[in-house]
Amino acid sequence: MSTLLAIDGVSKSYPGVKANDDIHFSVGAGEIHALLGENGAGKSTLVKMIYGLVRPDTGGMRFNGVEYAPHGPVAARAAGVAMVFQHFSLFEALTVAENIALGMENAPPRRELAQRIREVSTEYGLPLDPDRLIGDLSVGVRQRVEIVRCLLQNPKLLIMDEPTSVLTPQEVDQLFFTLRKLKADGVSILYISHKLEEIRSLCDHATILRMGKVVATCTPAKETARSLAEMMIGQELAHPPVKDFQPGPVLLKVEGLSMAAPGQFDVALREISLSLRSGEVLGIAGVAGNGQDELMLALSGERLSAPGQVVLDGKPVGAAGPNARRRLGLLAAPEERLGHAAAPDMSLADNGYLSGRIRKRLSVRGFVKQGAVDAFARKIIADFDVRTPGIEARAGALSGGNLQKYVVGREVLQEPKVLVINQPTWGVDAHAAAQIRGALRGLATRGAGVIVISQDLDELVEIADSFAVLANGRLSPVRSATGLQIETIGRMMGGDFSAAEEGAAHVSA
Amino acid sequence: MDLSVIDPISLFVGLVAAATPLLYAAIGELVVEKSGVLNLGVEGMMIVGAVCGFATAVTTGSPLLGFVVGAMGGAVLALVFGGMTQYLLSNQVATGLALTLFGLGVAALVGQPFTGVKSPRVAVVHLPVLSDIPVIGRLVFSYDLVIYLGIALVAAVWFFLNRTRPGLVLRAVGENHDAAHSLGYPVIRIRMMAIAFGGACAGLGGAYLSLVRVPQWTEGMTAGAGWIALAIVVFAAWKPWRVLLGAWLFGGVTILQLNLQASGFLSWLQSVGIPLQAQYLSMTPYLVTIIVLVVISADRTRASVNAPASLGKSFTQTG
Amino acid sequence: MFRLEPRAVTPVWITAVTPLLAVLATMIAGGILFALLGKDPFETIRVIFVAPLGDPYSRTEMLIKAAPLVLIALGLSFGFRAGIWNIGAEGQYVMGALAGGAVGLAFWNVEGAWLLPLMALAGMAGGCLWALIPAFLKVRFNANEILVSLMLVYVATLFLSAMVSGPLRDPAGFNFPQSRLLHESARLPIVLEGTRVHVGVLVALIAVVVAQIVLTRHLFGFNVRLLGQAPRAAAFAGVNAKRLTVVLLGLSGALAGLAGIFEVTGPIGQLQPSLPVGYGFTAIIVAFLGRLNPVGILLAGMVMALTYIGGETAQFSLGIPAAAISVFQGLLLFFLLAVDLLTRYRVVPAKRSGV
Repeated sequence: MSTLLAIDGVSKSYPGVKANDDIHFSVGAGEIHALLGENGAGKSTLVKMIYGLVRPDTGGMRFNGVEYAPHGPVAARAAGVAMVFQHFSLFEALTVAENIALGMENAPPRRELAQRIREVSTEYGLPLDPDRLIGDLSVGVRQRVEIVRCLLQNPKLLIMDEPTSVLTPQEVDQLFFTLRKLKADGVSILYISHKLEEIRSLCDHATILRMGKVVATCTPAKETARSLAEMMIGQELAHPPVKDFQPGPVLLKVEGLSMAAPGQFDVALREISLSLRSGEVLGIAGVAGNGQDELMLALSGERLSAPGQVVLDGKPVGAAGPNARRRLGLLAAPEERLGHAAAPDMSLADNGYLSGRIRKRLSVRGFVKQGAVDAFARKIIADFDVRTPGIEARAGALSGGNLQKYVVGREVLQEPKVLVINQPTWGVDAHAAAQIRGALRGLATRGAGVIVISQDLDELVEIADSFAVLANGRLSPVRSATGLQIETIGRMMGGDFSAAEEGAAHVSA
Repeated sequence: MDLSVIDPISLFVGLVAAATPLLYAAIGELVVEKSGVLNLGVEGMMIVGAVCGFATAVTTGSPLLGFVVGAMGGAVLALVFGGMTQYLLSNQVATGLALTLFGLGVAALVGQPFTGVKSPRVAVVHLPVLSDIPVIGRLVFSYDLVIYLGIALVAAVWFFLNRTRPGLVLRAVGENHDAAHSLGYPVIRIRMMAIAFGGACAGLGGAYLSLVRVPQWTEGMTAGAGWIALAIVVFAAWKPWRVLLGAWLFGGVTILQLNLQASGFLSWLQSVGIPLQAQYLSMTPYLVTIIVLVVISADRTRASVNAPASLGKSFTQTG
Repeated sequence: MFRLEPRAVTPVWITAVTPLLAVLATMIAGGILFALLGKDPFETIRVIFVAPLGDPYSRTEMLIKAAPLVLIALGLSFGFRAGIWNIGAEGQYVMGALAGGAVGLAFWNVEGAWLLPLMALAGMAGGCLWALIPAFLKVRFNANEILVSLMLVYVATLFLSAMVSGPLRDPAGFNFPQSRLLHESARLPIVLEGTRVHVGVLVALIAVVVAQIVLTRHLFGFNVRLLGQAPRAAAFAGVNAKRLTVVLLGLSGALAGLAGIFEVTGPIGQLQPSLPVGYGFTAIIVAFLGRLNPVGILLAGMVMALTYIGGETAQFSLGIPAAAISVFQGLLLFFLLAVDLLTRYRVVPAKRSGV
């Protein structure tokens, strides 16, 4: 197999971090090559250099045997490199065809382009309607747009950044079919992921990065998921927290909760019902954009419903705002850390006050008790091992994992009766993720009820006692998390809720 | 009251002329906003355009040169705004306000020697035969070149935004600058060009005010026209043809109230026991602006669909 | 070349030094401007910035000019922090002057200690209600408060002009468009014997102290800051954005109205069409120059008052056009916004790329 792309001693530094340190590896023609590593290991920086968005400080690359130093994405595309971004580079208010035209150097006239979109998308099993607005499409279909945009340029190398984190299991199968077909057509694929089973089944070779350095190369099929993980994090895998669910009394009941979609591209909640007991961790799975944010807002009190639709400890709170709910013991931690769970330009101390004011009694008659505020922030930092210069640091200056630990710590230390948390470990390194999961499990052990909304199925299987799926604004019946089959989950995500009844008793029955 | 002085044809002709400064300023701002930038300094750029245009026309005797320099004056001021918001990442709202305050001051300073001076006349395009057709001739063929160019500009902007690739790229930048950047488009350069274009248009609109509409230089002569142009962009829901409609609506209100004042409407009101001062009629363009804003903005779904998603947000390149 | 690097913590000294930097840059740019106008730049800067400080009369006049600017800017600063852009303070100032003045004229020649407080309340109510128009239209219909509040400046100015040439015109004033002179009970008491320094100056000082405490020590100030920096986080913290919008616009309107009635009952003594002199707009510059911080606003108000007083002298003695002073003030705001970058980012030399 000939070499298509060779990375030769590339380094790149940012203030305080060496993102890439003397990286060497190569991708062969017609190969699916995995780039594996934790968040912050340097994968993104590396692929941005290959795509011309970032220039290396030192080192060079060769593509197809010639010197390769793209000074921008346009040059990279001209050389035959295409990329599907993790956070898609799509424009919601523009059509599929316009989005695709924007990613091409010489887009043909509209009608011809529409025709070619239809052809290519059908050929690779990714049907698309060129005239739809992106904003109206599901996440899975949006990814198709990105892929088709790449394919129309006949790339030699396709870079895919975490492509499956937003897909249902069925969509993942579909994607793998497409990728294998591309490989058969001679296209090389650089596949970035931290999902080890996928890499084992799909990729020919893997390069593993840790803290900016290549730490290993291997043939994934010959490794186990565990051995890959240990190469990735550089230590033995932490043991998952012990589940010790002792069903207690019902703490939170949601009954027939329906809500209109707040905006054009949002999701309406339809007839959501669930109940959560003391000591229980309820996992809610689902692909992004199926009502997770909306459910979160309805439970935190940022959007109000009829009083009886949300009942906490026997008290109707559906019409009560966030602070009234906090007073009664219902806390929340939203997904978006910067700008929702925390104010990026405020200090950590202020961010502690932001949600801890009521339960931690951080003010009297509206006047801030600065000493208490600072002490609360220090306690969060100490108990949750948050790495920061101090309580005066801007929240936005912390790394994703550290800020998430701070946000989770802030809620957990308030000893809620019920904690609702959306995407607790999104973009967080394995070590911090393990700490966060342990804290959530510990909270349940102390008698609280916890709802974890997550797209990461492995995470839910690891910590949840009971399990439900949110699909298109509806919640499936809640079932036990033990004995779950991936295939069952996949059908539930597709909206087939009868699958939930199979193979497990209803936990709250 | 003598309503007979209000002749529908001259009313329409007056409306089109009164609308022209607004039309230029608003169509320029539309392009700026479509690229994701909110420049609230339209008033400042207009008045600088007005004074530059007037001073040049008076000094050189050439109205054409006046329009050119007026546009350049607006564009230079706009580039100051662009440099601050795009490179120094200053707040767009505050910087736009600063631009207006600064522009008003600069214009007053530059314009001082020109107060009370008469400007050279701008010729009306007289087309043989066509301009002499009764009614139609006056309604359609009795304007100066700048008015025709203004309408052509609306068509050109529509074509640019909806039918050309650079127009698509500009909309993409306004919609999601991070995505546009990751596809390799130079977000800041594109925005700077849009900002300069918007400034030139506002400058032209201002020059039309001082060279044709009024025509003389007085301090603060734009009297809120720049702000009304901003309101027209909202009214138009970021669609070029509706900018034309909006400009004519406001032009119409202005002309109508001026005609009412001239017609003796107020003394007639007084005679039937309603003493109303001229100031109340002068308020109407501002009140209409507020009412129109309310009506358009109340329809949340429509307003939010058409507004560029990155409008007013600073773009910082990472990595 | 240079690169920008976001700061984790902004040192206090940077926040304090940057406005001084802006003032310095404005002096240099202003000097160039005056040189272009054919004036001696050093002499002009001296007359505008230094000379008034050495003259006792000018010093007290500075206080009188600064009082309305500080009052208005305090109200605006809370709104600006929350991302609510009331730029129609000039209109609210006019409506406050008009409402309070009308009360004073209604009780013309009626003596009583109750009259001034009543006029002050009427002035605040007038400004507040005028500001509640954009507030209501924003929360109810989503109408842009920048445009609405600004349009209302023109409406208020025309309304004042209609009133003083109509119902409120001085009956013995030979048809001049202005009201009667207010009588003694309706005039602000002087606090410094032998000067024109009135009670309004004290009120402005008290307002600074109260605003500083509320902003830094109270939940209200926290919510204001939070709403401006991260609206979704504010919703998460239970802040009712609509209610806060109404409160902040109403508050800034009330303070602008108070400034208006202080002007009428203080230095001017009657209603006249030339009442609006741009304090409502200059206060925007004052608010930013003071870093939206109450104590900063007090200092900024003094600096701005200095340019007014010094500018007037420069007009007489050096023939500097009045407009040059507005250019000067506009420049100051520009430089301020530009140096703001230094508080949020650190400028570091960029590393060379390549081998």
